[in-house]
Amino acid sequence: MRAQQPVEMILLRQVASYLTIPIWMMDSDGNLVFYNEPAETLLGIQFDEVGPVHADQLSEMFRITRVDGSPMGEMEFPVLRTLAKRSPEHGEVRYCGMDGVWRDVAVSAIPVEGQGERFLGVFATFWEIDV
Amino acid sequence: MRVKLWGTRGSIAVSGPDTIRYGGDTSAVELRCLGDRLLILDGGSGIRALEVAPETRRVDILLSHLHMDHVQGLPFFGPLLDPEVEVHVWGPASTTRTLRQRIARYLSPPLFPVRVRDLANVAFHDVISGEFEIGDIRIAADLISHPGATLGYRLTENSSSLAYMPDHEPSMGQPYIPTNPDWTSGFSLAEGADVLIHDAQYTDEEYETRVGWGHSSTSHLAAFANMAQPGRLVTFHHDPAHTDEDLDKLHAALGASLSEEIELIAGTPGLVVDL
Repeated sequence: MRAQQPVEMILLRQVASYLTIPIWMMDSDGNLVFYNEPAETLLGIQFDEVGPVHADQLSEMFRITRVDGSPMGEMEFPVLRTLAKRSPEHGEVRYCGMDGVWRDVAVSAIPVEGQGERFLGVFATFWEIDV
Repeated sequence: MRVKLWGTRGSIAVSGPDTIRYGGDTSAVELRCLGDRLLILDGGSGIRALEVAPETRRVDILLSHLHMDHVQGLPFFGPLLDPEVEVHVWGPASTTRTLRQRIARYLSPPLFPVRVRDLANVAFHDVISGEFEIGDIRIAADLISHPGATLGYRLTENSSSLAYMPDHEPSMGQPYIPTNPDWTSGFSLAEGADVLIHDAQYTDEEYETRVGWGHSSTSHLAAFANMAQPGRLVTFHHDPAHTDEDLDKLHAALGASLSEEIELIAGTPGLVVDL
């Protein structure tokens, strides 16, 4: 049988596509599987142009740092902490979008867990902040 | 594997001269497997008349979900009251209550005089998405799009496979259908199955005012089946308001949209399909 996204992720993606807040979804293997239109504005590129991307490639794509511009360890990025720890995480980061614009954002990530303690991925929102 | 339909109607049982061919009883499907093992999909009112040989010592009932039209026949199913028969009831897990506790909400006063503890020899199994086996039957269970936790099943015996999704709204979670199979509820279960028994409740016009109710429109079912490419498609969960004449028209519309490689079969009580 071909692997298909769990229905919880399918329905979350549908919800995310209707929301006006930027949403980012990652599967349990660390693949960025979806972000919505408001997130496209902040990331400077449409999801369809990016396609599924593994977490390892994110820091290269978006040059993520701390908000003071100093280098940030991978595990300081809330989404990746949630992926590793399966717990809600929050933090602030600076990154350069694919449009070349640097932005400071607050990121809140929650683990997506289905029945039977199935860890399905990460659902995260982020919004611009003034530092 | 031999499949026989005992209840094909959705939502609530109906009767009358206009629903004779497509049937009035709600979901119940019999599977006879190698070694005469008996599996039953859902416990709607159709399960009441399901014939069980006197020498049967074990029956497995796989519930897709616990809406009334899928469980209301359980206390009328003889083996559940026969201490000589071991009955295993499998159904979707919940985050709060066990399957037994949730069934007991129906099987207890004041809703029903018989309690779960009055059943003779029954074991309940909470099923999460994944695979398990009953005898030589390999069963894949996966949550599918329908209000409340609802499982679709794919049952495989040797090289024969049956997919069962009696209540399913594959268009939910998608901007349109068909789209990427990876993001289509139920696709993995249905892909390439020899037989797919699937929700066919609404016409396209009816669906417009019933989005999110958990069922398929004719066009959505055709799109889903064309994407999954089962060998045979058996329509199921007929709307209680649909007469035999209405369902003939629905099938004609469905057939016109369906890939030529898929054999369309009207789900009617007594229908037997060999795999």
